[in-house]
Amino acid sequence: MAVYEQTYKRYVGRLTPEWSRFLIIPRHAYRGVFKSKIFTAFFVICFVPLLVEAILIYLHHNMNALGIMKVNMRELVPIDASFFLAFLSVQSGFAFFVTVLVGPPLVSRDLRNNALPLYLCRPFSRTEYVVGKMSVLFLLLSLMTWVPQLLLFFFQASLEGFTWLKENLWIASAIFIGSVVWLLLLALISQAVSAFVKWRVIASAAILGLFFIPSVFAEFINIVFMTHWGNLISLLALMKNVYGGLFGLFVRTVDTVRLEDFDGNVRQVVVTEPPLWLCWGMLFLVCAICLALLSRKVKAYEVVR
Amino acid sequence: MALPAKLQEELIKEQTINDPAVIDLLGLSVSFGRRQILKSLRGDLRGKAIGLLGPNGAGKTTLIHTLLGFYEPTAGSAQIFGHDIVDDARQIKSLVGYMPERDSFIAKMSAVHFVRLMGELSGLPSDAALERAHEALFYVGLGEARYRKLETYSLGMKQLAKLAQAIVHGPKLLFLDEPTNGLDPPARLRMIKLIREIRDSGQANILLSSHLLLDVEECCDEILILRDGQIAVYCNLEEERKSNRKFLMLETRGDLTKFVEAIKTLGCEYALTGDHRLKIVLQGGVEVRDLYQLAAREKVQLRRLSYKRDSLEDIFLKAMENGNGGL
Repeated sequence: MAVYEQTYKRYVGRLTPEWSRFLIIPRHAYRGVFKSKIFTAFFVICFVPLLVEAILIYLHHNMNALGIMKVNMRELVPIDASFFLAFLSVQSGFAFFVTVLVGPPLVSRDLRNNALPLYLCRPFSRTEYVVGKMSVLFLLLSLMTWVPQLLLFFFQASLEGFTWLKENLWIASAIFIGSVVWLLLLALISQAVSAFVKWRVIASAAILGLFFIPSVFAEFINIVFMTHWGNLISLLALMKNVYGGLFGLFVRTVDTVRLEDFDGNVRQVVVTEPPLWLCWGMLFLVCAICLALLSRKVKAYEVVR
Repeated sequence: MALPAKLQEELIKEQTINDPAVIDLLGLSVSFGRRQILKSLRGDLRGKAIGLLGPNGAGKTTLIHTLLGFYEPTAGSAQIFGHDIVDDARQIKSLVGYMPERDSFIAKMSAVHFVRLMGELSGLPSDAALERAHEALFYVGLGEARYRKLETYSLGMKQLAKLAQAIVHGPKLLFLDEPTNGLDPPARLRMIKLIREIRDSGQANILLSSHLLLDVEECCDEILILRDGQIAVYCNLEEERKSNRKFLMLETRGDLTKFVEAIKTLGCEYALTGDHRLKIVLQGGVEVRDLYQLAAREKVQLRRLSYKRDSLEDIFLKAMENGNGGL
């Protein structure tokens, strides 16, 4: 069917492997995403903390530089699990805002323009569609979370030596697993919201709301009932606990409060975080709900019964 | 050197047995909740271009969607080129192209980007998809507008873009759902011309669903008429026309009472369609000469006489009345 021939001809060339076809969606989506100069600038800014992290790691191993800057080694933060967790948390925050910007139109745009039948009438399943749309975010956010964090971890290991690497290899796995959990959660929630809310601004607001409004309620419950179990409804608090657990920094007993009633009786209340397994379970439940919602919405046509 | 007629017949028969039907309906039923939309459809469709007709709610679009794997059959099944629509859904999807009825596109994309993406999703490598996207857009007549965003397209252009995405991967079977919907006459003609070109290329079969009988008449060699989720008629249009009883339209002068009585005695059906106008269905053995003789005997002048073959409209209306065309 060459342009000059103007006749219909079947395609007889080679085909791409089926397993790789979900990657077509992110490839085409990034063209649109990076067309916005504001977004591109924001995305670049997201790498600034990583630069700071790299400089800090470098300074730890360069006495000359410290000497020139007149900084004592002790004044620098130690490079350990909490160091990587702190920077990963910053990057996770940036990842959240990138999700708010990129996520909302991904599915809603297709639903609004009835594009789903066009995807699904091809050798391309609903699962591939969802995975493809999720990978738009997952790949983009990976570039600013676990990929650079792991590179910096190995940079530190190369400067520190093999013994340090052997002793701290678990930090690398914590970086990877924690990031993947966070990115999956972001990707699933944004896709589910995008599948139900057609307007971009409202979808962005809904994503913000889903993360922040339950956190406010959770804090309210925590204060009123003097507990931390309210955190079970806060995605941010759940993730904080999961990160803490992975980086070995999770503390179940948060505080001990001394209470005195009207009769002057004093009792001590131990304020505890919900157990880690429950935090994981809640995150799993949220992901499962998002998948169920997507499975209901991502169809070529709605069946009217 | 021509083969003897008998051998040719044998060859055709053998080919029919070996070549799987384009679409083979094997008692296909589809229900949405308690509502049964398609009721045990049976038959093998072998036409180059098959027109799918039926009143609103007859199940045309549901049939297409089921064949595309969007809906699961509740009973029975169907095959496309010998592949089961449930078990080999993926294989079928690589063989078919689909032009949906409703506006369907991906916003904020140029036509060439959109068609390329659709080509890639069909399995074409990126460079081949881009090449064929350009070709498909030129082919449908959107060559000059291919870098424009799809949302800036007129309705007619959007229809053409939908056709381009349906053919970009060169499918073996094209499902066209109301392709001329909302098109002005020139755009409609252009669409019909394209469909006929694709049909005549011999590279793809077409299943064309339309409310417009004229579209189907112009493009299709076979028709499948659905009524209440059942097959009312499936026939070869040309053969049906030929084999159908001949209609005669008569314009007369004089008293028709005795003339029509005489026609009845010949065993012909008739209908008075207006003042001095008669529509007669000639039965076997009755010739036009017999009518002239009758007219002379009853002193009726025959001012005009014309043959009228069964039009698609007649076939359609008959199917709506009888509903048991069968295969």
